[in-house]
Formats: sequence, structure tokens, C-alpha cells
Amino acid sequence: MYSVGKIILGLGVFAAAVTAPVWYGLAHGNGSPPELQHAAEGKDCIEPTAFMRARHMELLDSWRDAVVRRGEHVYIATDGKHHDMSLTGTCLRCHSEPSKFCVRCHDYAGVEVFCWDCHQQKKRS
Amino acid sequence: MKRRSFLKIAGLGLVGACGVPVAQAMARAGSTAPAPNASNGKRWAMVIDEKKCLTKSGCQACVLACHKGHNVPTMSESRHDVKWIWKEQFVNVFPERVTPYTPAAMKERPTLVVCNHCDNPPCVRVCPTQATWKRPDGLVAMDEHRCIGCRYCVTACPYGARSFNWEDPRPHIVGELTDYPTRTKGVVEKCTFCAERLAVGKRPLCVEACEGIGCGALVFGDLGDPNSAVSALVRGSELGRRKPELGTSPHVFYIL
Repeated sequence: MYSVGKIILGLGVFAAAVTAPVWYGLAHGNGSPPELQHAAEGKDCIEPTAFMRARHMELLDSWRDAVVRRGEHVYIATDGKHHDMSLTGTCLRCHSEPSKFCVRCHDYAGVEVFCWDCHQQKKRS
Repeated sequence: MKRRSFLKIAGLGLVGACGVPVAQAMARAGSTAPAPNASNGKRWAMVIDEKKCLTKSGCQACVLACHKGHNVPTMSESRHDVKWIWKEQFVNVFPERVTPYTPAAMKERPTLVVCNHCDNPPCVRVCPTQATWKRPDGLVAMDEHRCIGCRYCVTACPYGARSFNWEDPRPHIVGELTDYPTRTKGVVEKCTFCAERLAVGKRPLCVEACEGIGCGALVFGDLGDPNSAVSALVRGSELGRRKPELGTSPHVFYIL
């Protein structure tokens, strides 16, 4: 252990570099996840929250393929309830302001989606 | 405590702490099914009765209903026009039926055109991403999610039934409806025989609009059903099809 000082210094620099984004985020007040608008009160989502949080993108992809490519419009949830597979018509009926839910979290996570280029954010007329 | 038992307990603790949320996240999603009231056809087709259509001079009921219901934009530049259903001069729709002696009034007669939902669609053959494909029930469908905007289909279609979005259509949509998505710059669109309405047991918007004004020039139905109105028309009268010599076998028929 002739170079213990250099090694510790090097490790310190390495740790600082690796964790720099975290410190940068904390310094700019982006440390904690954003405050998301809760869906309409008393309504459960079509699937459990943990599932939706982790896999909503897969679910929406499967909805897209079912509706557009197979002409199927009904989603039978794991609790047996039936839902119309529609981003604007079903998801946004409860999450009525995507700017405070979908968009806010995607901005925070740095995930760019282009759903809204075609699908409307307004409530179904 | 031995190192071995420490590791065992720590491992079990880790599984316990992470197991529940992981299991929830890994849970299987639900399943999908067609709507119970979906219209199931073996071969959807349309008959356009030009004799009836011509009795309503200047009528745009079907065009307006379709374009309103599908958020089709009204572009300020005509070369950027997006059209699903429109009226075209007879000479352009049926050029082979026009001779050098055909009177101008007949050549210029407004004739209704839509996507022909061909049996052998050239647009489908050239699409590199299967964004447009032929459904088993005869519809030539569009998946805007997959369209990469190469415009091969626009070139391949011998009927000019496809439109490309040269600019963002949204600012050009009058009274945007939220029931149907808009399109975006860089994708191709066309008449879909109202696939989204057939899926929930409704008929195409143009057909309902035409009936709504008491004209009934548009008849839509299933050729697989021998008792349908289109089956009776197709079997009972001499009907025209656009450019039959190309072998595309259009399934929009004309009573001329």
C-alpha cells in the first residue's frame, strides 16, 4: 500500500463523477419525484398501481395493437372488468389533465413520447 | 453468527423486501376481445349509385360527415390537401369510358371516390413496414403508428386514394373532435371504411350521412352475406369498377 493516498483520491473522484447527475439534480431541486395529480377520487385504475407504474407502456402498446391491427376494442382487466381501449376515452377520463400526470412524470424521467402528436389531451366530447 | 447463516438470512430478507412489488409489476396483464356488438363481415364492399348521387347537385353531405368525424384537415394549399372521400370529374375517375366525342358536361360530372379496398392492393404490396395491410374482411387498413412516410403507397395506388401529411394537420382542423385521433406531419392517410365504427357495430359515416339526407346513393355491406343489400346490387345489375384492367379488383362498385 504505497499509494493509498492516490487510490483514495482516485476513488473519490470516480464516485463524484458517477454520482454527479444526482448532485446536480438535488442542487436544482429535481431530487424528489414530481407531484402527480391524483385521478378522480374514489376510482381505482384498471390495474393495480404497481403494475401500471412499471408497465403502462407495455399495456398501451398491447392496446394499440389490439385496436388498430385486430379491431378489438374491449380490455378485460385482471379483476374481470371490461374497459374500452382508448387513451383519450378511458385513461384521460380519470387522469383528466395529462400535463399534471403523464407529461409531468415523463419530463422528470426524461422519457419523450409522441402519443400527443395525434391523440388528444382534451376530454372526450 | 456464521457467515453462511448471515448470508441466508440476508438473502431471504432481500427477497421479502423486493418480492411483493416485483411480483406486482411482473403480474400478467388482462386480455383483449372484440366489442360484443362488432360487425363481422366476410368481405366488406360499397356500391355508389351515381344516378342517385347526381340528383343532389352540389351535395357534400358524405364528404363533410367523413372529414368532420375523422379530423381530416382543410389545408390552405391545395397541393397539401388531405382527402378520404371526395368528388372528382368523371373523366378522371373513368377515363376509359370517355371518348373524344363525350360531351363536356358528362366529362366534368362530379363522381364520388374513396379508397377502393382492393382485393389485390398495390399499396399494401409496397409498404415496407406493414403500416397498411389487408384485413381478412377485405378492408385495406392503416396503422398510423407504423407509417414512416415513405409514400411508396401514394405512388402505388392507381386511384390517388392516399394523402400525405406535408405539414402538421392540427392547425388546419376545424372543430377538432376528441373521439378520433388526428394524424401528424409525415404520415399517409386514407379512407378506412370506418374500421373504428365497424368494430362497435356502426356503419360508415358517409353511408349514414347519405341516408340522412334521404338520398341513399351509398350502400355498404358484406358480400359474404347473400342477403345483404350490396350482394343483391352486385348480382343484380351491371356495375362499374375503376381501372379493372389493372387487376386490383376494387370493392367499391359504381352504378353509372
